[in-house]
Amino acid sequence: MAADASTAPIMPSAPNSGRASSLQRLARRRSTIAVLMTIPLLVVLIGLVAYPAGYGIYLSTLNRRMTGFMEGEWLPNGLGNFEILFESETFWAVAWQSCIFAISAVILKALVGFWLAHMLHHIPAKGQRKWRGMLLVPWVIPPALSTLGWWWMFDPAYSSINWLFQVVGIPQVPWLGEKWWARLSIIIVNVWYGAPFFMIMYLAALKSVPEQLYEAAAIDGATSWQRLRYVTLPMMANIISITVLFSLIVTFANYDIVRVLTNGGPRDLTHVFASYAFQVGILSGNIPRGAAVSLFMFPILAICAFFVLRGVTRRNKEQM
Amino acid sequence: MTEIKRRTLLRSGAGVAAAGVLSAPMVHAQGTGGTLRCGFWDHWVPNGNVVMRELCAEWGRANRVDVQMDTVTSNGNQILLTINAQAQSRTGYDIMSFPTWEPSNHQRMLEPVDDVMRNLTQKYGAVNPAAEYLGKPAGTWVAIPAVAGTQLKPACVRFDLMQQHAGIDIRAMWPAKNERGPGADQWNWETFAKAAEACHKAGFSFGLPMGSFTDAVDWVGALFGSYGAFLMDEKGAVTVRNNAKLRAAVEMCARISRFLPNDVWAWDDGGNNRALISGRSALIFNPPSAWAVAKRDAPQVAANCWTVPMPAGPEGRYSAYLPFFWGIWNFSRSKGAAKAFLEWLSDRAQAERQTNGSNGYDIPPFTSMSDFKVWETEGPPVGSVYNYPVRAHHNARTSIAMAPAPAAMAVQMYNQGLNTKLIARIVQGGESVDQALGWVERELNTIRRGG
Repeated sequence: MAADASTAPIMPSAPNSGRASSLQRLARRRSTIAVLMTIPLLVVLIGLVAYPAGYGIYLSTLNRRMTGFMEGEWLPNGLGNFEILFESETFWAVAWQSCIFAISAVILKALVGFWLAHMLHHIPAKGQRKWRGMLLVPWVIPPALSTLGWWWMFDPAYSSINWLFQVVGIPQVPWLGEKWWARLSIIIVNVWYGAPFFMIMYLAALKSVPEQLYEAAAIDGATSWQRLRYVTLPMMANIISITVLFSLIVTFANYDIVRVLTNGGPRDLTHVFASYAFQVGILSGNIPRGAAVSLFMFPILAICAFFVLRGVTRRNKEQM
Repeated sequence: MTEIKRRTLLRSGAGVAAAGVLSAPMVHAQGTGGTLRCGFWDHWVPNGNVVMRELCAEWGRANRVDVQMDTVTSNGNQILLTINAQAQSRTGYDIMSFPTWEPSNHQRMLEPVDDVMRNLTQKYGAVNPAAEYLGKPAGTWVAIPAVAGTQLKPACVRFDLMQQHAGIDIRAMWPAKNERGPGADQWNWETFAKAAEACHKAGFSFGLPMGSFTDAVDWVGALFGSYGAFLMDEKGAVTVRNNAKLRAAVEMCARISRFLPNDVWAWDDGGNNRALISGRSALIFNPPSAWAVAKRDAPQVAANCWTVPMPAGPEGRYSAYLPFFWGIWNFSRSKGAAKAFLEWLSDRAQAERQTNGSNGYDIPPFTSMSDFKVWETEGPPVGSVYNYPVRAHHNARTSIAMAPAPAAMAVQMYNQGLNTKLIARIVQGGESVDQALGWVERELNTIRRGG
């Protein structure tokens, strides 16, 4: 007889204790075991995700002294901090910069990672490991530390890059002092740090593409561009989507690079949500408004996640 | 006769013992006066921590209190994170070092120290006004202005370059004695701007940061103060529109900014130090730490440095001031001991030891303590930091940028560097003065809402 789907195989129980046997039966039910086994995960999720998120939302509804809800003029009480942010020029500049930073950095990381993965994929297996290890180094170094190294290279007074420029007669660049150069600098550092993650993910995906598909394409006379466009990219579409989504979340929430390189300057033009939230919340002693700033990432990322995951699901259905 | 049973006797004995325990004073292990846990700021000057440890041990021995001292660095804002974590969790040290704005941020969680301050002011006279503004936010002292870590930011001048390129003999103007020299009355922002232009042309631009770090916000704040230019009044009203003094200060600051290195907008608090030590700059606004590093790394630079008060403006001379405070959390269980210890730590003898230990870096909050010997003897050149503390003949007052706005709003204005961004919008962003003032007014209204 097949085992019941909801219970584990019932072992003979002591005949003289009705209550004990019902508890034993409960303990032996698969659903009970499943609940028990998920408790550690639930504790972690509730303690480290749900509670902080809920507390963050609660904080964002308070006034600066945290003695009551923040009053709004055209939004309900409790949403006053969001209302103030909507009316702040600096906040919109931060939102704009966060989007510029995250989108351009993720696109560049994806392109560089894809290119590196392709290069590595075509290196013979023996030498590949060495290159793979070396290319992963930026991703392994703690970003606060490596960013400090970059800061020394960009340093306004003693930039080593500028020194090299001077040697070859190129004009010096205000890496961190001018709006677009500063924005470019933090994007460069983020791409340098994050591209190896894309590389390793794409390399794994490339290795899983069946060789027969390329052989078939070659027989059909496909060019290398057509092989990339019609074989490689469709086969990697899901991993590209998931990697981009993951990186978008991490890049949007980036803090250390901006903090170390520019501290949001010049004129708040390189602030991202996290660095601005820290400035408003911790440095300026307005924790509720800082919480409100950081919560603004949530709807943006939720929309991105919705579309990316919907695409992944649709592709999976098409392949089934 | 009533028979006393064994059980009755035991019960009575237990009751007596319990009553004794509950009513007895708190007696700690081995007859000591308890434990006092202190989180002090991790001093830039290594010897600063050594002196503080000695003082803790000394007071602890004399009062039979186990004084435990940790140092908390301000690097990476660690001290702010620690303060906020302890405030949220209501547990932590008994005594904590609080950076400039933190006493007002946490005033509801700090033990009032009016009694300590009353004793100290009776002994040493009034506290400087900037420390009072920060430490007494609602008419009650919530923290004691600390000696360790408190700094002023006067001008550290390369007197050789200043003489050569701007024609100003700064040592004669501000000699190492309690008197003004020739030309001291002309040491104002107009003279300063002309000197900045001359030194810039000669390739030794003044190293004045214009970002949003404290060194930048502080010197611009002092300049604004000396013009009587304030963004917000003490009642929290925005005072930007039709403010002729503010416009004059903004124009002067913008004028000076045009003679600075083109990357000052990105300088952190180390940028000006590096500019001086590298020999590229003729003047910075800083405590003597830059000069102290120069003594070690570039002695030829240090030997030509001389500290003088900041220039004066139409409304007087303001000296940029950045104090630390010692506060007692209201959840502390050793408030009495903490108060006694902090009062002892603020006494003249202990204050002088702290200042000596930091090679003159630490500034006591009482004007009567601006005559410590260390500022006369430190060198080379001897007398270089004589004018570091505010002395009577400077005719200056300490300044904290964004005062007199209510501290709750001033801290936000300060940390967002509104005064430097105002100038940056004009000089770097190409906006007109009116456009930039309009922007700062909108930002101030945003800060005002919600307090």
